[in-house]
Order: sequence, then structure tokens, then C-alpha cells
Amino acid sequence: MNKEKEIIRVEQLRREFIVGGERVKALRGVSFSIREGEFVTIMGTSGSGKSTLLNLLGCLDTPTSGEYILDGISVQSMSKNQRAVTRNRKIGFVFQNYNLLPKTTAIENVELPLLYNSSVSARERRERAIKSLEAVGLHERMYHKSNQMSGGQQQRVAIARALVNDPVIILADEATGNLDTRTSFSILTLFQELHSRGRTIIFVTHNPELADYSSRNIVLRDGKVIADTMNSNMKSAREAFEALPKDND
Amino acid sequence: MNFANLLKIALKALNNNKLRCFLTMLGIIIGVASVITMLAIGQGSKNSIKEQISEMGSNMIMIHPGNMQRGGVRQSADDMQTLEVADYEALQSVPGVAAISPSVNSGGQLVNGNNNYPSTIYGITPDYLEIRKLKVKDGAMFTDHDIKSASKVCILGKTVVDNLFPNGEDPVGRVVRFGKIPMTVIGVLESKGTNSMGMDQDDVVLAPYTTVMKRILAIDYIQGLFASATDEERTDETIDAITEILRQRHKIKDGDDNDFEIRSQQELSEMMNSTSDMMTVLLACIAGISLLVGGIGIMNIMFVSVTERTREIGLRMSIGARGIDILSQFLIEAVIISVTGGIIGILLGVLASWLVTVIAHWPVYIQLYSVALSFAVCTVTGVFFGWYPAKKASGLDPIEAIRYE
Repeated sequence: MNKEKEIIRVEQLRREFIVGGERVKALRGVSFSIREGEFVTIMGTSGSGKSTLLNLLGCLDTPTSGEYILDGISVQSMSKNQRAVTRNRKIGFVFQNYNLLPKTTAIENVELPLLYNSSVSARERRERAIKSLEAVGLHERMYHKSNQMSGGQQQRVAIARALVNDPVIILADEATGNLDTRTSFSILTLFQELHSRGRTIIFVTHNPELADYSSRNIVLRDGKVIADTMNSNMKSAREAFEALPKDND
Repeated sequence: MNFANLLKIALKALNNNKLRCFLTMLGIIIGVASVITMLAIGQGSKNSIKEQISEMGSNMIMIHPGNMQRGGVRQSADDMQTLEVADYEALQSVPGVAAISPSVNSGGQLVNGNNNYPSTIYGITPDYLEIRKLKVKDGAMFTDHDIKSASKVCILGKTVVDNLFPNGEDPVGRVVRFGKIPMTVIGVLESKGTNSMGMDQDDVVLAPYTTVMKRILAIDYIQGLFASATDEERTDETIDAITEILRQRHKIKDGDDNDFEIRSQQELSEMMNSTSDMMTVLLACIAGISLLVGGIGIMNIMFVSVTERTREIGLRMSIGARGIDILSQFLIEAVIISVTGGIIGILLGVLASWLVTVIAHWPVYIQLYSVALSFAVCTVTGVFFGWYPAKKASGLDPIEAIRYE
């Protein structure tokens, strides 16, 4: 695996909003780069600009100024439609509230991103969706509907959906925020497993504990990076999960 | 993005919201079905009027005395004596007149042994049969000789036969009395049933006009004339020719009113058509309103569904759906709902029209244009009202949409 390959590079990223006639500076010059295979947590209190940063990294928004290069391509110059295609091919989103389609089976939810990619045939779509569900340990619940599953299972489906397009980066937005401690750790374990298989992950959270389980931690405050530390001594989420009392379930 | 995938996405979305989908369709179904049914009823009644008028003889021309003033007092038509037998003779040679018959009639009691029946005796010539599209079933029509000699012969309609000969005897050759005058039955008319006005067309007695004039009414004028034009298109010309001759004969000065009235079945059919046209327009208005309400229903539900599905739209966009994909999805949903609703509406409309015929015995006629029109209107409304919310959905900001609560 080429650890040198740069997946994300942001330089002097700024984002301003006009709210009620007032200029709000959400990001005031953020620079960093993320290499392939990193598991980065981005932390900050609310108002620190982490959501804005996530939107920019996820190609949902464009910066006011600054440069964002994703997998060697400048996002800055992309049109709205090009950004949609980029999201479809290069990014996997995992949201706090799962955002699965209601009354829809797990496999159909996982197939969804590929439906928006006409180069994938129906057969390939199904095969890749099954593979993704296997990767998150849900292949037995493929035909369960989203409302018949627990929060942890739904989040696993959401992660499988994020994996199905084989993205260069997985963006998780408070992915454990809605789950109890035990389920949170099982999801975190899954993220660590994906990381160990070479996936690049950005995990946005306000929970400082999670920094110990990632390989790198970026802290934002008032729209600026105030700390960027590598963590060579990653804690195992599986151990933490197993250490939890079982009756917590 | 290929169309098959979009169709799949839209179908899944519809499948997830069956009730909402059905409620939207209901508006269109009712709209289309009511347009088809109401127009079918309107057209059906128009057709049946037309049919009945042509049964009565569509190129028939009726001439009655009329509009005569005596010292400023208008006279009732029965008292007017402006038409005479000489007029009839003069009109026989008018070009365009295929057949002509004078008409005098009198009501009275018909008696055959113990049976009696009140009917009307019509004094006419054999031409009358052709004009009114009548046929003598049993026996024969009287002849010109009978007219000249004012023979006491008559032809009976079916209703009269049924009442005077209740035991089914053959009336031909029998003598019945009209008032005090004995008359020999020489023929029976083929039954025509009731006409569009509900009048029994079989409740008649036909006799030579001379007999009725001289022996029954004792008058020397005629009460009216029936004629038929050689063909329906030439009716107006023929009427003009008759008018001119009668004005000459009656010495009416230019600018003065006619002392007779001419009416044709054409006028009658136009009048009745205009009435039923009005009814059709009225029904179409009602149906149109229901179609509009259906359209508003679609708009409403589409609009609500965009708001309700904001998060879903946000999700779809975040995993790579473009604005056009979202727009297409919503449009396809609208088209499917409208077209399916339209087809169900057509089937229901046809069924309802059929039920109207079976249960209410109203004549209905489903026209292709009403089916096409209502289907087109509902589809266009559905798609149009589906387009706006779809446009709105496709323009949503994915960041806001995905966080929408």
C-alpha cells in the first residue's frame, strides 16, 4: 500500500456565510493534508467549524477561498453536477441519524449510490452490495427492511452503503452520536477494521474520547486548526467493547 | 444516469408510499371518469334525439295557418282558415317537394261493438305515409278515388286496434264508428312506438282528407299541410319556394307578415340539439371542475411530499444524485401517477357509462375525443403540478436537506 499518496489536501480554506446581514467566518484558513490509509478524527465544539469543514470535504459545499484537492483533482473549479458525480464516485458518507430510505431493504439501501452510476450494471450492483454488507457483518439481514433493524444495524447498513462505491475517503459525521456506548464501540470497531484494511476515514465528532481510537486527531476551534497530532498508539475499540459490561445491551 | 435506473428509483419511491400515491391518483381517477361519463350521457341523449327525429322523417316540412290579425286581435290557430285545398293543389308542382298532403284532424270516440276508444282521426292523402315514414302492415292504403268520393274508409294505428279489437280479431274489413259515422277499416299501420316527446305514434286513425273535411268537420279549409323535401339538404330551398307561392296566392304585400307558418324537422332538431348541447356543456363544466380539483390534489400531494421527503432528497444528493436526477425522479413519479390514474379513470368512466345505460336506461355514447381529452388534461395537469415541486426539490441545498428535521 502506498502510504505516501495524498488523498486530501486543503490549503487556506475559508468559508464565510452571511447570516441576517452579518458576516460569519466559519472557517478562517484551514490547511492540512490527509494521506491514504489514515484514520483521522476531526474534533471541536459546536461552532468550531467542523460541520462546515465536513461539508467542504464532502463536496457538498464550496469554499469562499482556498484550495481543496481531492484525489488529485481540484474541487474548487467543479460545477454542481461535477461535484455530485465526485460524491458518487469518490466519497462515502456515514451520518449520525443513518439516513436510510424507510421501508426499504438493507440491500436496496446499499445499492442506492450505484443506481446513480450508470456505468454499473444491475448484476454488478447487486454483487457489490452483497460484498459491502458482508464487510459490515450484515449479510444475513440483507432483506430486512430499515425500520425492522436496530440503530447499530442501521448504522452498519449506512456504512455498507458508504463502502459500496469503493470511495477514496469515508466521511463519518458523528457516526456514533445516536448510539449507546456498547453499540458505539462496536461501530468504532468496524471503522478500525476498515482502517486496518487500508480505508481512509475521516471521523467528525465532538467526543474527545474517540481521539484515542484514531491514528490522527485534528482539533478545530473558531474556524482554525489548533492541534494536529498523530497517534501512533491506537487503542483497540474491540478491547474496549469487550471490557464493557454485557448487561449494558 | 440512465433512464432504467431512474424508473426503478421512482417506482420504489412510489411503492414506499402506496397510500399517498393512491390518494393522488383518486383525484385524477374521479376527474377523468366523470368527464367521460358526463360527456357520454350528453352525447347519448343528443344521438337519441337525432335518431328519433330522423325516424319521424327528417326532411318533413309542416305548414300551418298562423299570424292572422282581425282588427288587431290575434286569432288562435284552430280558428284560422287561411289554408285551402287549392293551396295544396298549387304546392304539388313546386320543385323540391317530393310529397305533400293536406291535414285536417278531429278528436272523437271510436266504437266497435262493446269497445270504444277516444282517438284522433287525421284526414290526409296517401302521400302522408311517405312523409311520416309510415307503413300499412295489413290491408291497403286508400286511393285517390277514395279521396275524390270522400269514402268512409280508414286505416288504424296499433294502439287503436288493440283497444277496439282486444281479442285479436282481424280489423281489416270491419266497420267501426267514428262518432256517428260508420267507417270501414281497410288497413292497419305498422307500429312506430312512442316518439321522443313521449307521444304514442300508434294512437292514430287515418282517413281521406275529403272525408274528414266534409263528413266529420264540415269545413272547406284545411288545418295544415305536410310535405317532404326531396332531400334533407334542400329543405331550406323548398321552404323558400313554398313560402313564395303561398304569399303570391294569399296576396300578401312585400313587408307584411305571412299568414301561415312553415316549420321543418331541421328546425326542431336544431332546437333540441341546442338544448342538449347546453346540457353537455353544463355536464362538461362539472366534469372539468372535478378534473381541476384532481389536478390541485396532485399539486398538493406532490408539494407536501417534497417537504416530507426533504431528508431523503438530501441523502440522495449526498450520495451523488444530481439536481436533474431528483427532478427526473419526481417527474417520473408524477407521470406514473397521472397516467395510471388516467387509465383507471377511463376504465371507471366506461364502466359508469355502462351502468347508466343498464340501470337508468339512459342512452350513452362514449366519444373517443372525450376519452382523449380527459386523459390528456389529467396527464398534463399531473405532470405540470408535479413539475413545480420537483423543480423545487432539485434545487435544494443538500447540506440543509440532509439536516432537515
